[in-house]
Amino acid sequence: MTFEEIKNILQHKTVGIAGAGGLGSNCAVALARVGTGTLIIADFDVVSESNLNRQYFFYDQIGKPKADSLKANIQRINPAVTVIAHKICLTKENIPVLFRDCDIIVEAFDQADQKEMLIETVLTVFPEKPLIIGLGMAGWGKNDAIHCRKVDNMFICGDEVSEIAPDLPPIAPRVGMVANMQANIVLEILLK
Amino acid sequence: MEQRIIYPYLILKTEKMKIILNNNPETIEGNSITINHLLQLKNFTFKMLIIKINGTLVQKGDYETTAIHDGDEVSVLHLISGG
Repeated sequence: MTFEEIKNILQHKTVGIAGAGGLGSNCAVALARVGTGTLIIADFDVVSESNLNRQYFFYDQIGKPKADSLKANIQRINPAVTVIAHKICLTKENIPVLFRDCDIIVEAFDQADQKEMLIETVLTVFPEKPLIIGLGMAGWGKNDAIHCRKVDNMFICGDEVSEIAPDLPPIAPRVGMVANMQANIVLEILLK
Repeated sequence: MEQRIIYPYLILKTEKMKIILNNNPETIEGNSITINHLLQLKNFTFKMLIIKINGTLVQKGDYETTAIHDGDEVSVLHLISGG
């Protein structure tokens, strides 16, 4: 498939991204670069200096909402992408509404309880929709431990063991690997 | 304390079931087991879990009442923070 053919398929697709942190911002940028038609991004947070070690934001965006900042960054990369940015805290009540029209949903939260809430909600409301989750990417090195596996319509990307801790922070290379792996699975499904 | 006498014929009659747990075959005593019991048995002490039986999500409130039977395929996903 040529890149033109790839773009022609992707421009009609919609991907939901739950969270615009380390996973969400990098995954969204990868999907925008290849010409995904619509990205629906939801995040309640603002950019902080400590985010810049892994998240696709800039120093001059500190203090600004992540949803709006990511939309601005994507539009600088590829203005053909429609970005619907919600500055909102995702809940089991609003997820079914916000992500209803998505072909695929990417789970890109930080906290385990949020991941659990989103996965439970999506598996309950949209059991047929592919769901790509990020699980275990703290620290550095251990390239080989990062993998992807499929459980029904859910795809799990990460090493599944490296949880964040004060001495094992999430930082750019490994978080970026998992975020791009999530984007890669999105393409694999959409281009099938 | 009451003495328990186990007769050989009872041992022979003990039922076993085979399930698939996270893609691995497991043999478990009895002909059914609740999710909570399985989690105890396998020492799964994580708080944040996603559990599916034969592809269907089990709601968190149903772990005590949902039973796993012979031949069932169970997936237990342990959620950890980071992203």
